[in-house]
This record gives sequence, C-alpha cells and structure tokens, in this order.
Amino acid sequence: MRKFLVRSLLQIIPVLFLITLIVFILVHVTGDPVTLMLSDTATDEDRAILIQALGLDQPIHVQYFKFLANLFQGDFGTSFRYQEPALPIVLERMPASFELAIASMIVATVIAIPLGILSATKRNSFLDIFITGSAVLGKAMPSFWLGIMLILFFAVQMGALPVSGKGGLANLILPALTLGTGVAAEMTRLIRSSMLEILQQDYIRTARSKGMMERLVVYRHAFRNSLIPVVTIMALQTSHLIGGALITETVFSWPGMGNLLIQAVNQRDMSIVQAAVFVISLLVILSNLLADICYRLIDPRMKYN
Amino acid sequence: MSSTLHIQTQTDAEATTQPRHRPNPILRFFRLLLKSKTGALGLLIVLCVVLMALLAPTLAPHDPVKTNVAKRLLPPMWQEKGKPEHPLGTDNLGRDVLSRILYGSQISLLVGFCAVVVAGLIGVIIGLFSGYYGGWLDAVLMRTTDAFLAIPNILFMLVILAVMGPSLVTLIFVLGFTNWTTYARMVRGEVLSIKERDFVRGARAVGASDLRIISKHILPNVISSFIVISTLSVATTIILEASLSFLGLGIQPPDVSWGGMLSDGRQYLATSWWVATFPGIAITITVLGIIFLGDFLRDTLDPRLKARKAK
Repeated sequence: MRKFLVRSLLQIIPVLFLITLIVFILVHVTGDPVTLMLSDTATDEDRAILIQALGLDQPIHVQYFKFLANLFQGDFGTSFRYQEPALPIVLERMPASFELAIASMIVATVIAIPLGILSATKRNSFLDIFITGSAVLGKAMPSFWLGIMLILFFAVQMGALPVSGKGGLANLILPALTLGTGVAAEMTRLIRSSMLEILQQDYIRTARSKGMMERLVVYRHAFRNSLIPVVTIMALQTSHLIGGALITETVFSWPGMGNLLIQAVNQRDMSIVQAAVFVISLLVILSNLLADICYRLIDPRMKYN
Repeated sequence: MSSTLHIQTQTDAEATTQPRHRPNPILRFFRLLLKSKTGALGLLIVLCVVLMALLAPTLAPHDPVKTNVAKRLLPPMWQEKGKPEHPLGTDNLGRDVLSRILYGSQISLLVGFCAVVVAGLIGVIIGLFSGYYGGWLDAVLMRTTDAFLAIPNILFMLVILAVMGPSLVTLIFVLGFTNWTTYARMVRGEVLSIKERDFVRGARAVGASDLRIISKHILPNVISSFIVISTLSVATTIILEASLSFLGLGIQPPDVSWGGMLSDGRQYLATSWWVATFPGIAITITVLGIIFLGDFLRDTLDPRLKARKAK
C-alpha cells in the first residue's frame, strides 16, 4: 500500500506540470495577455509599462519559470476585477462548491442504489424497463435545462423553493437535485449491470442452494460485491461532476468556484481563470487518487497485484 | 506463435471485408435495426433532426432572427392569447420559437459532427502511432493522454475560449481538441492486439511498409469501434455545445443555437415558460435518438460485446 501511495503521488507531479504548461501556453502564447488585461482606451505607453511590469519582454522560458516560481508560492497574480490576489478568492469559494458536490452525491446515491438493485433483481420486468429508460433519459437531458425546469416547477409555479442563491437547506435542494440526477443516471446503469454479472456467479448459486433468503443473497453477497466496479467508475465521474457543477452553479447563482470561473472567463479575468483551473484540476486528481485507494481497500484481491 | 505466409491472404480478406457467407451486409444491418425497437427509433429521430436541419429554410414559418417587439412573449397557440402563426410562441424579442428551434438544429448537428471528426482524427492518429510504434513515443503520448484525462474537458474549453474568444470555428476546434483522448486510448488498445495477429505479421514478412500496414491492415479493423464511439460522442458534444452556448461562450447571436435560446428563456421564466422549455425538449430528443442509435451500433458492430452476450 505504501509503495502504491508513493508511486501514485509521484505520478501526480508530471500531470500537474503539464497542467501548468498548458495554462501558461494558452494564456501567454496564444493570447495576448496585455490586450486581455488593458481596457480599450489604453495608450501605447500604458502597454509598454504593463509589458515591463509583467516581465513580458523577457524570453519565454524565463517567463515560464517565473510563472512556476510564483505558482509555488501560491501567487497566481492579481484579479483585475477584485483588485486582490486570485488564489484566496478562489479558495474562499471552495466550501460552497464542496457543499453542493456532497449534497448531489448523496442525492445520486439515494436514487441510484435502490433503483439499480431493483432493476437488476427484476430484470426485464416492466419496472426494469422503466428504470433503465429513465436512466437513459437522465443522460440525454442537459443538466442546466433540468435545473431550469426544476426552477420553473418548484420555484416559479409552486413557489415552494427559492429560485437561486445560497442560504439554508431549501436553497440547496434544487441545485443538488439538478447535479445529482445526471450522476444518478450513470450510477443506476452501473449498479444494474454490475449486479447482473454478480448474480450469475457460482457463490450466489451456492448461497441460494443452501436455502438462504433471497433478500440476504441480494444484499449480503451480490450488492456488496457489485460496488467494487461502481466505485472505480464513479471516480471517473468526478470530472463529469465538476463539469456539471460549473453549469449548475451558474444556473442557480450558487457562489462556488464554478460560478466564479465562468464569470472570470466572461470578463477575461485571467488570474482568476488560472487559479481556478489549477485548484479544480488538483482537486480532480486528488479525488481520483482517493478513489483508487478506496478501491484497493474495498477489494482485497487488489493487494496481490 | 508462428506467422506463415499461406494463411495471410485468407485472414486478411476476412478481416477487411465481410465474410462470404453473408451475401448482403447492408440488408442484414437494416433487418437487425428494424428488430431492435430502440435502434429503429433512434435512427428515425436522427433522420428527422437531419431533415429538420436541411429543410429549415423551407419548413420554418418565420425568419428566425427577425425581431418584432409588438409580438414579444406570445404563448404557444393552444394557450389563451396564443396565435396560430406562432405554434410554439415567441421569445423576448418577438422571434418565432419554432423557427428558431428548426434553425438551431443546424448548429447543433454541424458542431456535433465537425467536432467529432476533429477529435476522431487527432485521437486515431495518436492512437495508431502510439500502439504501432510503441516504445518512448507510446510512453510520451499515453502520459499526455493521461494528463488530459485527469483534467475535466470543460476546464480546457473555458481556458481556450477565454483566450481566443467565442466563435463557431473556435468552438468546433475546442470541442475536438479536448475530446480526442477516448479515441486515442481505444485505437491504441485495438492496435496493440491487431498488430500481433497473423495477417499483420504476414504483411510485414512480405515487405509491406509501416504506412501500408497501418492504412490497409490495421485501420480497417479499427473502424467499427470508431463508428460506435463517434456516434455516442456526437451526443455528448451536442450537450457540451448547448452548455457553452448557454454560458454565453459558444455560438454568438445572431446565429441561432438551442443553448443560447435556453439562456434567453431563463430570464423570462417567471412569465413565459415556453421560451426555455421547447429548446430543451429539442436537445433531449436529439441526444436520446443519437444514444439509441449508438447503443444499437455498439451491440451490432462490437464483436466482443456480442460474444459476451452470447455467453
């Protein structure tokens, strides 16, 4: 386990390096940061001052190493919109994003586990067709449209829940449902196929033939084992979850990192864009690692590999 | 494993063309399609959307970008105050929602298709070289792919769009440039197993060049998996395009896109539900059709899945 951890952590380094390189190239080579930062009324003199202040008159590799050195100190530059360092602004938004992500994972799990089990145990029944059909529909529906429809129904027509913003639990319900439904659709499908495969295994037949109650067979043997592939594939869903969160946060004006990033992109506030992209990527990589560790802990067979 | 010359011609023919005992593969394909209810439904939906996009100028009752303030926010025709000349109502600038949905299908299909072609080209080339040549090239290309996979696509798109500014061509390349990893991995995996097969060893033994082996012997065997992934990928690309246009970073007005319509409609949700509802239904049905068709193609074209099902 320790060997695995060390190796995985070491593998993160080149990935992070590549992310910084890509962000750097995109911002400094393809675009013109000076034009992005200056207003339209700036004079040539303003340009020259800014170029020197940013060190843009230096060779490109020197600029990159400077960028990296600053980055190690957590310095992504100053946001021109907030006139403050970019990283703290991004980190300030992190708890709200976490809150939404956790709430939607709970929603997804609560929906997907019972539906996945039901659909597998009652294979090819009307219920199964209905559940798998809904899962496909959940995948086909753009999450932001689902969000808008939920607002229309629960907030505008019924007036039961707030339209947007962050506050109490009531504010969390619609965004979490929006984001959770897409994940639940994928998860239901996974649990179903994983359960179906396991229900055909020999040890299930053994459990049944020794007269074990069907419910115990399903829960004690089949369901537990069916979670192993689900955990791995769910880890890959983290990046989908974050992609969905960007849009869900915007639809509901949820004050998370996604909302901040989209605003920064629209206003070309590149310091915030860089800081947010870096922080979010790091979170995705870490959560993938965490899932890998969980996977090894759940499945004892992995120890031998 | 021995590679002998006399079996080369036989296996090669088998791999590149349909086996002889099935006289008409196209007929067989359509027979299977009609048997699968979802597959047929998927094809029907996709055909309808394609026709909608092609015939939008003749089908649309109004000019999709012509504003008419006198007729703003008219409800659909079956509601009170609705007018039969605007069956699905009008939006905040008095533009006909039905006409905009018809024209919007053009953008969705265009972006979906082109972006998948760009992604497929990049991915297939990287996958072929990575799998065929192996060694350090493979290591570098696959680590790059891993790094791309580790970062959510949408982050890349946002950075590129922030720098380049939104436009139709940028959008297509951005979507293509960020979605090639699936193809690269799939193709590399296939190539690794195909290049050990006898017909490839045979081709090499008779002195075929690498380029010829890749294009004549390996590529045709990757096509079916490629079609399956591409079809499903068009579905996700259409959703991504709609999302970016919704965020104001994709298609820009006056071009009509379903995502942009949703974004307009969202502001008038309290009074006019129809503006945001119908474009969303259009996206969902289109994507659903493509998923159905893609699932059917996967079941018919992917021989490994078929073997698993037979078991």
